[in-house]
Amino acid sequence: MYDYTEFDAAFVAQRNRQFRAQVERRISGALTEDEFKPLRLMNGLYLQLHAYMLRVAIPYGTLNGAQMRQLAMIAERWDKGYGHFTTRQNIQFNWPRLRDVPDMLDALAQVNMHAIQTSGNTIRNVTADHFAGAAADEVADPRPVAELIRQWSTDHPEFQFLPRKFKVAVTGSGNDRAVIRAHDIGIQIVEKNGALGYRLIVGGGLGRTPMIGKVLRDFVSQDDLLPYLEATVSVWNLLGRRDNKYKSRIKITVHEHGIEDIRARVEARFSLIRPSFTGVDVALFEEIRAAFAPPAFRDESTAIYETARRTDPIFRSWSDTNLAAHRAPGHAIVQISLKAHGATPGDATAEQMRVMAELAETYGHDELRISHEQNVILPHVHKSDLPAIHATLKKHGLATANIGLISDIIACPGMDYCALATARSIPVAQQIATRFDELKLEHDIGELKIKISGCINACGHHHVGHIGILGLDRAGVENYQITLGGDGTQDAAIGDRTGPGFAYDQIIPAIERIIAAYLEHRDGPQESFLATYRRLGMAPFKAALYEPRDAVAAE
Amino acid sequence: MSRDFTPKVITANALVEGDVVYLTEDDSWTRDLTQAALLTDEADAEARFLEASARTETVVGVYLADAAPGPNGPEPTHFREEFRRTGPSNYHHGKQAETASRA
Repeated sequence: MYDYTEFDAAFVAQRNRQFRAQVERRISGALTEDEFKPLRLMNGLYLQLHAYMLRVAIPYGTLNGAQMRQLAMIAERWDKGYGHFTTRQNIQFNWPRLRDVPDMLDALAQVNMHAIQTSGNTIRNVTADHFAGAAADEVADPRPVAELIRQWSTDHPEFQFLPRKFKVAVTGSGNDRAVIRAHDIGIQIVEKNGALGYRLIVGGGLGRTPMIGKVLRDFVSQDDLLPYLEATVSVWNLLGRRDNKYKSRIKITVHEHGIEDIRARVEARFSLIRPSFTGVDVALFEEIRAAFAPPAFRDESTAIYETARRTDPIFRSWSDTNLAAHRAPGHAIVQISLKAHGATPGDATAEQMRVMAELAETYGHDELRISHEQNVILPHVHKSDLPAIHATLKKHGLATANIGLISDIIACPGMDYCALATARSIPVAQQIATRFDELKLEHDIGELKIKISGCINACGHHHVGHIGILGLDRAGVENYQITLGGDGTQDAAIGDRTGPGFAYDQIIPAIERIIAAYLEHRDGPQESFLATYRRLGMAPFKAALYEPRDAVAAE
Repeated sequence: MSRDFTPKVITANALVEGDVVYLTEDDSWTRDLTQAALLTDEADAEARFLEASARTETVVGVYLADAAPGPNGPEPTHFREEFRRTGPSNYHHGKQAETASRA
C-alpha cells in the first residue's frame, strides 16, 4: 500500500489546521455560513437532514487494518457507533457535531486519511476495481495509477473551481467492476504490443441525464497519461456550462459538442502542454507502483477448505456466493456482505469494523477494500483460512451469503439522511431483502443487481441496476419508478422505464411481480434476469407489473 | 393573484449540533416541533423568517415549512418534515431516541 510521504502528511496537517481555525471562526461568528460553506465542503463536511455528515475519502477503496480501526474509533467517539460505506468507496459519518470535526480530521490524519475533495466542484476521490491487485482476470493493478491521479488532482491549482464535480474510475480488467462507463473519465488498463497503456472513456454519468461514456482514445501510453488527462479536464473546464448546473457535467459537454470535436480539442491542448511534463510523473509512478507490490502468497494445502465445503453446508453456501477468483493458486478474494437481510446497506458498526480489521491483519496481508456495491473485501486470503474467517464473520453478523443476489442491494441514504432526497431508499432495500429471504427464492433467482436511489441524482446507480428503483416526491407522496435492463459492466446500458411509478406500499409487490415474471419466462436457471430481459424485452415484465392476473392479484 | 397562505413554521439546523430546530413564539429555538410558533399570517411569517435568517451565529439553513395545527401543537404536512421531526426510519435514531429535549 501507498504510505504518505512527508509532503503528503504536511499537506494534510496544514489543511486540518486551517479548517480547525475556520470552524472556530464560524462558531465565534466571525464567518457567516455563506463564507464558511465552501470551506467546509472542501473538507467533506455536509449539512444533511438531521445533522452534519462527514465524508471521508478511501482512495480507490483501499485501506489497512489500522485505518479501519481508526474509523471504528471515530464512529464510537464522535458519532453513533457506526459508519456508512458508499457507492464511491468512501465512508460517511452521519452524526458529527461541528465542534468535533477538526478532531475527527486529526484522528484521520494519524492513519493517512482525510476528507479533502470528497465534495465540491473538484476532481473527487478516484475509485477503482475493488478486486484490484487480486483479480485473476486483470492486466495490471489499477491502484498505482489511481494513486498517481490522486496526487496529481489533489489541490491541482487549475482544477479547484471546475464547472461541476468530476469523477474518475480505473479498472485493470476487461471485466469492468468499477462502472467506468458511468464516470466523467473511465480508465481501463490495456496491453498493446507488450506495453501497458490506458484506454480513456469520457462523458459517462448517471444523475438527471444518464449517459454511457464514449472512447476518447484507445491507447494512451504511461508517459502521456497525466498530460492527456490534464488536457481533457482543461478542455471541459473552459467549455463546460457554468450557466446551468444541470448541463455542467462533461457528459453534457461531450453530448453537445460531439466526441470528435472534444477529441480534437483535447489533442490540440495535449500537444500544447505535453512538453511541460518532463518525466517526473513517470518516475513518481514507478515509485508508487513499487509500493503496491503484491504480498508474498503462501503455497500450501487447501484441504481444510475442501473438507469444510463437504461437511458444512452453510460454509459451502457462503463460499459459493461470496468468493471470487484470485490470481494466486490456493487463494481467494473474500467479499464480506454488509447487506444482512433487513439491515441498512453499507452500514457497519464499530465492532464489525474492528472484526474486519482483525481478519485482514490475521489472514489477509493487512488489506481491506470497500466496493462501490457497499461491501467490504479481503483481497488476499489463502483458502485454508476461509473456515476460520467464516466462523468469525458469522459471530458478528457479517456472513450473509448473498453477494450478487437480489438482497445485495445498492441503496443511497435517501430521505432517511440526505437533504437532497425526494424519497426514502434504505427501507425499500430492507424490505426487498427481508421479503425474498422469507420466500427462500434468493438463490433460485440467481444473479440480480437491484440499485435504489432516493432522488434523480442517482447516487444509488439505479440507471445501471438490472432492476433500478428511483424514489420521487409525487404531489407530497413517495413514489417509485422502476427501470429494467441496466448494466454497469463493460456492456454498460441504461435501464428502460417500465411505466408509471408505484406508491411506497406497492413497490415491494411490484418487484415480486417482476421476479415472478422472470422465473416464469427464463430459459432455465442458467439464464440470468438480465439475459432474460435482453432476450424478451419489456413486454412480459410490463404485463406482470401493470396487468396483474386475478389469481396473482388475489394472493 | 397570490395563492392562499398555508400555515408555516420556521425551521433550521442548529449551527454546532446540526440538528433540526424550530422557532418558538418568543423567538427562541426549540428541538420540539410541538413547541414551534405556527404562523398563519403571510406578512408576519415573512418578517419573522427574515429576522430568523439573520441569526447565522446559532442556526443554518433557515426556511419556512408547511405545518398544520394539531392537538399538541404544529404537525408536519409533508413526509420530509415528518422525518426531520423524528429522525431516520431505518434506526431508532435522532430525535425519536432522545428522551429529554435539549434547550
